[in-house]
Amino acid sequence: MYGTGRIIPALAIFLGFMTFAVWYNAGQAQQPPKPEKPKDYKECVAPTEYMRTSHMVLLNEWRDDILRNGGPRTGVTANGTSYTRSLQNGCMNCHNDKKKFCDTCHTYAAVKPYCWDCHLEPMKEAM
Amino acid sequence: MRILKALIAVVALVVVALVVAQVPGGQSLIGIVLPYLAFAIFLGGFIYKVVGWAASPVPFRIPTTCGQANSLSWVKQDKLDCPSTKLQVIGRMLLEVFLFRSLFRNTNAEIHDGPKLVYGSSKWLWLFGLMFHYSFLVIILRHMRLFTDPIAPFVHNLEFFDGIMQVGAPVMYQTNVVFILALGFLLLRRLALPYLRYISLPADYFPLLLILGIGISGIIMRYFLPVDVISIKQLTVGLATFSPKLEGQIGTIFFVHVFLVCSLMIYFPFSKLMHLGGVFMSPTRNMANNSRMVRHVNPWNDPTIKPHSYAGYEDEFREFMVEAGLPVEKELPAEAGAEQESKTAE
Repeated sequence: MYGTGRIIPALAIFLGFMTFAVWYNAGQAQQPPKPEKPKDYKECVAPTEYMRTSHMVLLNEWRDDILRNGGPRTGVTANGTSYTRSLQNGCMNCHNDKKKFCDTCHTYAAVKPYCWDCHLEPMKEAM
Repeated sequence: MRILKALIAVVALVVVALVVAQVPGGQSLIGIVLPYLAFAIFLGGFIYKVVGWAASPVPFRIPTTCGQANSLSWVKQDKLDCPSTKLQVIGRMLLEVFLFRSLFRNTNAEIHDGPKLVYGSSKWLWLFGLMFHYSFLVIILRHMRLFTDPIAPFVHNLEFFDGIMQVGAPVMYQTNVVFILALGFLLLRRLALPYLRYISLPADYFPLLLILGIGISGIIMRYFLPVDVISIKQLTVGLATFSPKLEGQIGTIFFVHVFLVCSLMIYFPFSKLMHLGGVFMSPTRNMANNSRMVRHVNPWNDPTIKPHSYAGYEDEFREFMVEAGLPVEKELPAEAGAEQESKTAE
């Protein structure tokens, strides 16, 4: 093999980049999210599976429907319970702790939703 | 048509993934076994290829000279296109690797009425190639949000700038748009230009279509058939920490995406995609054009064969040469002495 002095260090650097995730995670405690579910409510506006994957789509639909098309403020779940179609007055009514609910998964997955650029998270003292 | 072969291969991969993901145990096969296998083949194959290239001797200095070589002091040297020192070579390589300078210099020849031959600059391949490679890099780095826990700091910056337009939910990434556009251009280029279609092989179409498939399946997964990112991250971080667990419901589209990525990793070292390593190993790029300053010895020369100069050759055969009437630089000793005497006499 020719040029070993250059090629072996270069291959080592390449391997280092490729296995970045392996050595970056080594020795770090994993932090799988444990979102705290509301104790007083059993039912959400849509099935859990749907909420897990598509809650952001639902929020966007609400916004477009209410603000742009003049849609209704209240909705009804599959079981007939009515709810307010609103982030602050609907979602946060039950899921009242942003840090223990929203942020757990969002931090874990590096998602920074821009909801909170305008909306306020409910404050513990006020409740 | 040759693109059909490549298209059939990619569609077959998607179908295999769709079927295997439904079979019991198939999800852990695609989600756990295959990624490890593919990654090992990728790294092993990459090193194998690079070592193979490194083991091949380069007998001559063969840099492509695209400008004025180092010459007399009053002739201006083109230092980047005909480098003669190590530093100039590094400059040339940096521009090649980061900015694809050789594609930037691409020209196009056209015949017009007259007939007149016209050369023009052609930067489309350079532009879309650059867009494709850089968005692919950002996309791969962004995926580190799924492989690192706690998340590597650079991921937050990438996420912020890539989604800065805040379009839709989940937000649109600009690199995704650029990626698909650039890939589409690179594919259409091969299909639309007759002379490129003529030289394009299935091995040219297959990587384009496979990477397009990866991009499209990823976009579908993010925007159209959303999947449970938390379950996926538990799997992917598990892969990076060698304790993978497949929990919760993950949509089939995820397994299609992973299967195509694994196919790409396995295919990578044995295809044209190895230009990732090859660009650094190209003797036509990474050598200095200094053959008039430094003596280069062919590395496969037999060391027992000593150099045989003309002077040595003449020493060996002088008598025969003189006998045959051939001109010699040094006459036979006796005659040489006589000649010297006659010269001094004059």
